[in-house]
Amino acid sequence: MLSFSHRVNMIIFSIKSKVLLVKLIIHLSALLPLFNLYYLAFNDLLGADPVERVIHFTGIGAFNLLLLTLLITPVAKTFKQGFLMKVRRLLGLYAFSYALCHVLNFLAFDLQFAWGLFFNEIIERPYITIGMLAFVLLSALAVTSYQSIKNHMGKKWQTLHNFSYLIILLVAVHFYWSVKSELLSPLFYLSLTILLLLFRRKKLKALISSLFR
Amino acid sequence: MLIKISKSSDIKENEVTPESIYLNRRELLRGMGFLGAGALLAGASTNAKADWFSKDEVTKFKTKPLEYKPDPNSDKLVLTPERKVITHNNYYEFGSQKHQPAELSQEFKVNPWQLTISGECDKPVTLDYDDLYTILPLEEHIRRLRCVEAWSMVIPWVGFSLASLLKRAQPSTRAKYVLFETLHDPKQMPGQSDRRLGGGIDYPYVEGLRLDEAMNPLTLLSVGLYGKTLPPQNGAPIRLVVPWKYGFKSIKSIVSIKFVEHKPLTTWGKLAPKEYGFYANVNPEHDHPRWSQASERRITSGGLFARNRIDTLPFNGYGEDVAHLYKDMNLRKNF
Repeated sequence: MLSFSHRVNMIIFSIKSKVLLVKLIIHLSALLPLFNLYYLAFNDLLGADPVERVIHFTGIGAFNLLLLTLLITPVAKTFKQGFLMKVRRLLGLYAFSYALCHVLNFLAFDLQFAWGLFFNEIIERPYITIGMLAFVLLSALAVTSYQSIKNHMGKKWQTLHNFSYLIILLVAVHFYWSVKSELLSPLFYLSLTILLLLFRRKKLKALISSLFR
Repeated sequence: MLIKISKSSDIKENEVTPESIYLNRRELLRGMGFLGAGALLAGASTNAKADWFSKDEVTKFKTKPLEYKPDPNSDKLVLTPERKVITHNNYYEFGSQKHQPAELSQEFKVNPWQLTISGECDKPVTLDYDDLYTILPLEEHIRRLRCVEAWSMVIPWVGFSLASLLKRAQPSTRAKYVLFETLHDPKQMPGQSDRRLGGGIDYPYVEGLRLDEAMNPLTLLSVGLYGKTLPPQNGAPIRLVVPWKYGFKSIKSIVSIKFVEHKPLTTWGKLAPKEYGFYANVNPEHDHPRWSQASERRITSGGLFARNRIDTLPFNGYGEDVAHLYKDMNLRKNF
């Protein structure tokens, strides 16, 4: 008869369970901070200006999740942990969800649905322009993330999803440009972004040279 | 018959928050005690914040009640709750995020203090800590504060007009501008010793006004707010309040006021001259590259759903008192 710990090990280390476990961790660590954030913000318990806080929190959260999403492939390859590829889509979708909250917070709580001002800001402030461009591209990736759409799109799917590299660069510049003076954190994020892109230098080189062919 | 002519700076009735909220602020804070444990679980909140929620007082630094002539608030301005005034600060000497100054400044020593008024004047003045509260009679002045980041507050300052103090020093004819300087003490001000915390700006922080701006009765030196001495995060023990200009002009924890002949280079002007002008008058028609200045969010009570976006007024609504200072100037050029 198998011992209890043996059985536990078998369950935990089967690939399927590993994926489930990692997905559970992702769900909890993405959703709990978000619930906590809005609970505090709705009840005016999030400092003097909850609006600024929710905008910053969801913005930096989206960036963190994007970086994690792009970290999956290099980690899975380097450490031969193929099962990780199965959680990449979930991370990407949470990155999109945070980005959606970020944009909606800006529109609903900061500008308070002053649509004219909203469009004006997108056109006139370069850091908002590129942030919005990144969001539109990310939305395209999110809506095409269903397996059925992926199958349907064939080769075009990969071409579209290669835009993730451009998106994360735009996000890094958006962050850098949005701060008033403290540049160290945006520069730290920018270097993380470049590091992740360096892992893919061969692919990026090929992509760029195909543009000029 | 009584005819009421409303000034453009008057605040509309619908911008008024119930007094009960102001009067019950301590109850509200106490009521928030229940959050103590919850805040500890929250990854996003720091220990300091968790502490605040479980205590009666918001911060640790001890302020003292002041004696002053109250402002009757005849415009019925809605005050920003004290808790928000003292926990939402742009004071990079204590960290560049707005919640940091309240957390990192509580050990700040304000006594002894020395403020000197010198430069192009006949009778330089030196004030010690106690003089700050006794040299002139204290008055309360409820003023709007408009930040360049497009948010604003209404704050009951306690202090005296800068002009009344400057006149004692008897500025000479060569005095054209007034230069202000914040304390430079990296041991006490972590932002001055840590570039990351201090936002990478040059220290000490310096600001300036034209002499006639400095002499305008609206320009205050504040030593308190909400009836008590200033807490460090708001610029203890003495700070400037220039209500028709963006908040960064209202320099905090001043140690030196100097009469000078030439227009001084100011901290933000040095860092980004295209973004922050010397005058920095509140002007809804001149946008900052990063923020539209046409409207602002007035921080009062209420959480995310507070509908508080209001139009920004030229000179922050104080045009009747100060517009004449700039009558021959192009304010788009001299932003």
